[in-house]
Amino acid sequence: MSGSLATSRFATSSFAHSVFVAAGSPASTTTTAPPGCSVASAGNKVTGLCTVANSLHISVAYRSIAPMIILAVGALVLLAVSAVLPKRPRTGLYPALTAAIGGLALLAAVLQWFDGAAKTGTVEIGGQVLYDRFSVLLLILISIAVILSSLAADSYLRREGLDGVEAYVLMLMSATGAMLMAESGGLIMLFLGLEIMSIALYVMAAYHRRRAQSGEAGLKYFILGSFSSAVFLYGIALVYGATGSTQFSQIAAYLAGNVPANAGVLLGGMALLIVGLGFKVAAVPFHFWTPDVYQGSPTPFTGYMAAVAKAAGFAGLLRVLTQALGTQQANWRPIVWLLAVLSLVVGSVMAIAQRDLKRMLAYSSISQAGYVLLGVQAATAEGSSAALFYLFTYTFIVIGTFAVVDIVQGRGETRNDLGAMRGLGRRNPLLAAAMLVLLLAQAGVPLTSGFLAKFYVIQAAVEQGQYYLAVIAMVAAAIAAFFYLRVGLLMYQAPVERDAEYGSGFAEGLGDDGVIIGSGGGASSAVEGVSVAGLEPVPSIDGAVATATLQAPPTGRVVVPATSGVVIAVSVVFTIAAGVSSFVIDFARAAHSLL
Amino acid sequence: MTTTGIPLLNIIVFLPLAGAIVSMLVPASAAKVWTRPIGMAFALGELAFVAYMVADFPRGKAGFEFVSSHSWIGQFGISWSLGVDGISLFLVAMTALLFPVAMFGPSWKGNPRSFLAWMFLLEAACMGTFLSLDLFVFFIMFEVTLVPGYFIVAGWGGNRRNYAAMKFFLYTFAGSAFLFVAIIALVVLDAPHNGGHQTFSLITLAKVSSSLPHADQVLIFCGFAVAFAVKIPLVPFHSWLPDTYTQAPTAGSMVLAGILFKLGAYGLLRLGLYLVPRGAADMGPVLLTLAAAGIVYGSIVTIMQKDLKRLVAYASIVDVAFIVLGFFAFSSQGVTGGVFEMVNHGLTTGAIFFLVGIVAEKKGTLRFSELGGLAKATPVLAAIFLTVVMSAIGLPGLNGFVGEFLVLVGTFITHRWWAVVGTTAVVTGAIYMLWAYQKVFHGPSLGSDAKVTDISWRQIAAVAPLLVGIVFLGVYPKPFLDRVTPSVNYLLAHVEQAAPNAHVPAVTTRHVTFNVPANQNVLSTATKSSKVAGGSGSGAAGTAKPAATSKGGVG
Repeated sequence: MSGSLATSRFATSSFAHSVFVAAGSPASTTTTAPPGCSVASAGNKVTGLCTVANSLHISVAYRSIAPMIILAVGALVLLAVSAVLPKRPRTGLYPALTAAIGGLALLAAVLQWFDGAAKTGTVEIGGQVLYDRFSVLLLILISIAVILSSLAADSYLRREGLDGVEAYVLMLMSATGAMLMAESGGLIMLFLGLEIMSIALYVMAAYHRRRAQSGEAGLKYFILGSFSSAVFLYGIALVYGATGSTQFSQIAAYLAGNVPANAGVLLGGMALLIVGLGFKVAAVPFHFWTPDVYQGSPTPFTGYMAAVAKAAGFAGLLRVLTQALGTQQANWRPIVWLLAVLSLVVGSVMAIAQRDLKRMLAYSSISQAGYVLLGVQAATAEGSSAALFYLFTYTFIVIGTFAVVDIVQGRGETRNDLGAMRGLGRRNPLLAAAMLVLLLAQAGVPLTSGFLAKFYVIQAAVEQGQYYLAVIAMVAAAIAAFFYLRVGLLMYQAPVERDAEYGSGFAEGLGDDGVIIGSGGGASSAVEGVSVAGLEPVPSIDGAVATATLQAPPTGRVVVPATSGVVIAVSVVFTIAAGVSSFVIDFARAAHSLL
Repeated sequence: MTTTGIPLLNIIVFLPLAGAIVSMLVPASAAKVWTRPIGMAFALGELAFVAYMVADFPRGKAGFEFVSSHSWIGQFGISWSLGVDGISLFLVAMTALLFPVAMFGPSWKGNPRSFLAWMFLLEAACMGTFLSLDLFVFFIMFEVTLVPGYFIVAGWGGNRRNYAAMKFFLYTFAGSAFLFVAIIALVVLDAPHNGGHQTFSLITLAKVSSSLPHADQVLIFCGFAVAFAVKIPLVPFHSWLPDTYTQAPTAGSMVLAGILFKLGAYGLLRLGLYLVPRGAADMGPVLLTLAAAGIVYGSIVTIMQKDLKRLVAYASIVDVAFIVLGFFAFSSQGVTGGVFEMVNHGLTTGAIFFLVGIVAEKKGTLRFSELGGLAKATPVLAAIFLTVVMSAIGLPGLNGFVGEFLVLVGTFITHRWWAVVGTTAVVTGAIYMLWAYQKVFHGPSLGSDAKVTDISWRQIAAVAPLLVGIVFLGVYPKPFLDRVTPSVNYLLAHVEQAAPNAHVPAVTTRHVTFNVPANQNVLSTATKSSKVAGGSGSGAAGTAKPAATSKGGVG
């Protein structure tokens, strides 16, 4: 591939072939080529989108889609390998292969990053692929998500007795779809990527065949996802009807020069596109599938889903809204404003009421989507950089968090309740410290990447004069801090409860619905008098959680599988490194779309 | 600008951080024996560096000294920039003094490694907040204090510690939402005035934000004020305080009340007055009124308390209201007195919480109904307690008097009636503090005091530095005032220049040029800066002298 990276990008490159040459008069007979169609005299090769003389020639610049090809071919290789190997090959072979394929894709994506064509931004393969740093950053993100998730999935799948090649093939296929979404140059390609990604994700959600919840999650995701795909498709049709094209650039060009004859068709199409993509990124009010699917899906796949589906969905949203419909800002910005506010508030508030760790993280991911929407809403280059930075840092955080949950929940996902986190600080101090960093990052505490991410999106919003939105987002962060900290607190509670009486104070303050502000503000002086530091043995109960879940807290040391340990360590190191230095910001700033 | 070979301020910020890391790395087998000595070494080392900084700090200079600036996140104009001026100097000193006392004075149970690590992290964050010359660094440090604060309360606190810790975190975090948006708004709005360059530098922002529209300044100041009012806390935002302070362990109460309070008050001065002077001048009466209301309300509520630790917690509300009263009087005496009160309150409240912790250890309760006559069994403890109580109620000769006096004089010059209301605290403060002392140490002895021993030598040694500070500042505040007043006057000159109607008494006896480095000068013209609130004409002879002598670079 390196050869193709070095050579120029059109017909002179040996990698740019005509893949579809219609029978007809050769192109060399025409003297003037229309825009988007270039004719090389040597060998009578015609490239670009040429409709002249009934010929349709599309050149394929393979380097622009190299990571995608690596993943797709890798998935096939994986299948082929599994066919020739005995039924139970050496443990760890498939995840290792998947990680290697992901690593190759990452390498290709990194090379793309330094490619001149990506730096300036070009349109490839007949306008279907947008090859710029915006795409490449997302390709890097998706490759990293594949590597981390395949490593994290290994121990889970073996523990649950689900070891097999299928999970990894599905993961690679869904990543291929996500990459296609990230690079798509038009609505059709976006839809294609969306479907490739989603169908693999549906199966991944239902992958735990002995767990009813997993099947339910898969079915729910499938039905609602198909529905949203239909909505999205209808949106494409309407936008096509209004503008006469499905290509982002042509839609934008048409809208820049013309006033649509029927604005309702365009606006309806725009709204349906937002609904379809809003579903994928789990923005309120299209979020109803999220808690169930996140809860039911196998844990490492939930983390993968939260990272990749969200990133790809936001890539689509940014492309559609800022590039294709950039002229319609006045119409879509209020919608996105509302989606952002709803996601922030509903996500944060609903997460407080959750008793299930994965459900809580599902609502947390909804509220995180609200922050990314802040960047989208800004509708500036700064805003999309901020959104990309947010997505990039969130990938590490969310995969790491679900890897910890995966270890804590135990065989058969028996302990998904919040009580499972109790005493983790003693059962495995290092794991608890790692989880604490990841939780603080999600809460947006400084010196973690989560803080810089929030800072960046809020700055983008404030630059557009959106002070109210910024304040709402920060207050939502304060609300969200509660449930992240509650988990952090639980980890450092004694693993075994000693005396239920100790918990009464907190339970009374928190209530079972987690309402804290306002209640219990006055003195409950019955316990005040003796509540002096150091007088009591360390009291143990977090009443809000312990009384509600009623499951005995787990005991015994938690063993971290090596692969999961690596994933968590990488996530934590990246989260801190990106929080105290500026290199990832540089990376994201260079990546806003130039097209 | 003083320059030394060593990056002094960086050491002061990072040494506690190193202490945190080292105390976490002590192997578990050696933790019992070695953690405390190692922690002690770090805390005393920090104190030594701070002492060196105080000794080396030139008197009569108004600008930032020991400035250290490095680019950090250049894309956003964020730099790692530290500096210290007269206002922050003694806050830093107090922090360095109070932390070792809090860490090694009170006894606490549980894991020493994590306790010391959280305490050191808190110290590093507090130092960073006081020393930062970059709003981004300030905000980060301001926020980071919450995490160790939260874990100290939640890990070593009383029965309702989880509730208290969560309330503490959420209230301040929600307040910070406004601070965060206000900072970003200020930076974004200032960028066009700074040649299109976005910067978080405190000095640059102070130079250019005077040209912001009036309404913007008021809104930004309101954002700051809400965040800091929660942290301070001013009265309508105070409900987290009694819970947190009573539930926190003794060491936690000492640093929370002694230092974390001051972060808010310091922020009000450094961000509120310095950056958006016109906003501050406009909203000044509101904050003055809140402060006066806080003094009255706080006094009444404090008198009603039935628990010693809760009483001390509520008494803190009155003290900080005093600080805010002094700041928004916009007079040299008032602001200097406010800064003085910040240091006072750190020493006094730190000592009181420490002594309260000792009483709790000895008696197992802090309810007044179960306490009494302790002075017979513990005469030394009673004597120390009485000294600290006297400092708290402002007995002349102890530090509390100087601060209260300056604040009331400063407020009286500009805002007479608010000062009159504030003066009631002198009476009510005496009522509840003396009453508390009387209930605990005098009267009939309740319960068995047979096994109660007096304060130990170790505890006396721990509280001694605080007592020395209390007495020294009360008897001879000149070294303090010499260093604080120039910075305060410079700040007020900046306020006056930006907002000429800010009730700054423009009574000047002679022309003064401020001794600040040219790159730090936020006053646009040198001649204007000569109009400064002097100490003269106030009738406060005792304070006028240090204020006058401190004007180092007389032109």
